[in-house]
Amino acid sequence: MTAMPESHAAAERVQTGLSVELGRETPLQLDCGVSLGPFTLAYQTYGTLNEERSNAVLVCHALTGDQFVVGPHPLTGRPGWWEQMVGPGKTFDTDRYFVICSNTLGGCMGTSGPKEINPATGRPWGLDFPVITIRDMVKAQAMLLDHLGIEQLFCVSGGSMGGMQALQWVASYPERCYTAVPIACAAKHSAQNIALNEVGRQAIMADPDWREGRYQEDGVNPEGGLAVARMAAHITYLSESALQRKFGRALQDRSNVTYGFDADFQVESYLRHQGQAFVERFDANSYLYITRAIDYFDLAADYDGVLANAFRGVETRFCVISFTSDWLYPTSENRAIVRALAAVAANVSFVEVVSDKGHDAFLLDEPDMFETLRGFLSGAAARCGLGSL
Amino acid sequence: MNAGPQRRDMRQSARPDHRLIAELVEPGSRLLDIGCGDGALLELLAREKNVDGRGIEISQEGVNASVRRGLSVIQGDAETDLADYPDAAFDYVVLSQTLPAIRDPKGVLLELLRIGRSAIVSIPNFGHWRNRLHLLTRGRMPARAGSGELWYETPVIRPCTIKDFVMLCRELDIGIERRTQVDSRGRVRHFSGTGRFANLFGEQAVFLLSSERR
Repeated sequence: MTAMPESHAAAERVQTGLSVELGRETPLQLDCGVSLGPFTLAYQTYGTLNEERSNAVLVCHALTGDQFVVGPHPLTGRPGWWEQMVGPGKTFDTDRYFVICSNTLGGCMGTSGPKEINPATGRPWGLDFPVITIRDMVKAQAMLLDHLGIEQLFCVSGGSMGGMQALQWVASYPERCYTAVPIACAAKHSAQNIALNEVGRQAIMADPDWREGRYQEDGVNPEGGLAVARMAAHITYLSESALQRKFGRALQDRSNVTYGFDADFQVESYLRHQGQAFVERFDANSYLYITRAIDYFDLAADYDGVLANAFRGVETRFCVISFTSDWLYPTSENRAIVRALAAVAANVSFVEVVSDKGHDAFLLDEPDMFETLRGFLSGAAARCGLGSL
Repeated sequence: MNAGPQRRDMRQSARPDHRLIAELVEPGSRLLDIGCGDGALLELLAREKNVDGRGIEISQEGVNASVRRGLSVIQGDAETDLADYPDAAFDYVVLSQTLPAIRDPKGVLLELLRIGRSAIVSIPNFGHWRNRLHLLTRGRMPARAGSGELWYETPVIRPCTIKDFVMLCRELDIGIERRTQVDSRGRVRHFSGTGRFANLFGEQAVFLLSSERR
C-alpha cells in the first residue's frame, strides 16, 4: 500500500511465478453453495522446505496484496509488500523457514477470480464468479498445502485481511497451525469498515466503464472508479497524525492556491498518485469480491456468536499484534481476539506497538514489531524442535 | 525498608521471592503470572520447572520484553482482565509483589483462586521493623526500598503487613497452605499463624493459597 509509480509498459511485463490447478477431482465447496473446480492458485515460495516438512510459514496477503511478498514485483518492478519482514536474516528468516504466499481466491495475480476465463463460457468470469469468503480463501490455501505435502504449518501469519485468514486457519484447521500471528486485524468487520468498503464498491460500480462488470470484453477499464476506491481506502490505512506530519497543508509545486480544482495540496496529489498507480496493477471486480469477503467475515457467527468457541481446545500458540494509531482495526478489536483466547486459556501473547503510521504500520519498518515477533517465533521454534532460542 | 512492589528494579534471576515461588511449583504445571514484569519469573519457571507459563503485564515495555524472550504474555490489567479466564484454568496463579498496587485486593484474591487451583502471592512486608522505626522516629512514610520513591511517587496504594494479609485470608476463607518470610539478609523461614516474628523481621513473604480453608 505504499507508493507504486509504474508505467503502462510495466503492466505488459510477463507475469512470472508458480501456479497449480486444484479441485479437479474434489471441487472447493464455497460458502455460497457453489462448487468451484478446477481452479488455479498462483503462489510463491521463499526458502527451503526442510526434510521433516516442519518449517513452513504461510503468509496471507491483505486486500490489495499478492503472492509477491518479496520483490521485484513482476508488474511494477518494485519491492514486495512484506520485504521488511520476509527474507534472509529477517523476522521470517528464509534461511530458516519455508515461506509460502498464495494469491487469494478472487484475486487478480493469476489465481482464479473475476478477471480469469470461466471455462464454462470461455469469457472472463466477471460477476459470474461466485462470491467468496475468508473461509473459502483458507480452504483453497489448505488445498495448496495438501498439494505441497505440508501437514502442519510452523506459522500462519498476515496483517489486515491476512490476519483474518490466520484466525480462520486456526478455527478451521487447528492441528495444522503450530503458531498463528494475526496482525492489525479483527475477528469481524465492523459497521464502519463495511461502510468504508461500500463507498469503494459504489465508486467502482458508478464508473460508466464498469459495465456491470463486463468491462474486459468491452476493452475498457473503470479506472476512475477504482482509483477513487483506492484513494478513500488509502486514507483509512494512514493516521491523522501521519498525514499531518507528511503533508500538513503544504502545496504541490506552487506557492499559492489556484482557486480551482487542480491538486493544489500535496496530500491531494499524493492520493491521486496512489489511485493511479493502483489501477495499473489491480482489477476492479477483484476489488469488489475481496472487499465483500472481508465484510462477510464474522468468525464468532460460525460458533454460536461466541468467539471463544472458535478456539476451544486449540493448542496453537498465538501472537496478536496491534498498532496504537490503527483506526481501521484498532487495538480494541485485536484485544477482543486476545480476550476470547484468554477465555479458553489458550496460549497467547499480545503486543500493542506504539506507532503513528496507522494501519499500514504492519507493512513498514517497525522495530518493536520485528523484535517481539522474532522472540515469539524463536521461542516457538525451540519448543517444536526447529532450532534453539 | 521495604514498602512496595519491587517489580522492575529487582527483576534479576536471583530475586529471593522468585526462588521461593519456584520451590512451591510442581514441575510441568500450568501457571499464570499476574504482573509478570519483564518475564524473569516465567523464564525461571520454564527453565527449571518446565512450567507451561502465561503472563499478564500492565506495562507495554514489560510485555514487549517478555514476548521477546519467547514467553506468552499479554498486555492487560489484573483488576479487569482476570474475568476473561475460565474457572480452574491453571494449576497456579501467581501474584508477585503486585498486591499493594491493586485497588481491589479482595476481589483480585478471590479471582486468583477461581481461575487457579492454587495461588501464590508474594508481598512486601510494610510491618518490617525498619519501617516501623522509620515512622516512629522520623514521622514520615518510609521510601520504597532501593528506589527512593516517596509516598506520592510509589505505585503502592495499599501497603500491608504480613499480619494484615493473613487476617484478610481468614476473612475471605482462603486457606494458607504455606507461609514463608525472607529477611533483609535473604534468609528464608517458614512461619505459622499471623507470624509475629515474621511480621517484624520479614522483608517479604510468600504464601501458597488454596480456596479450602485450613
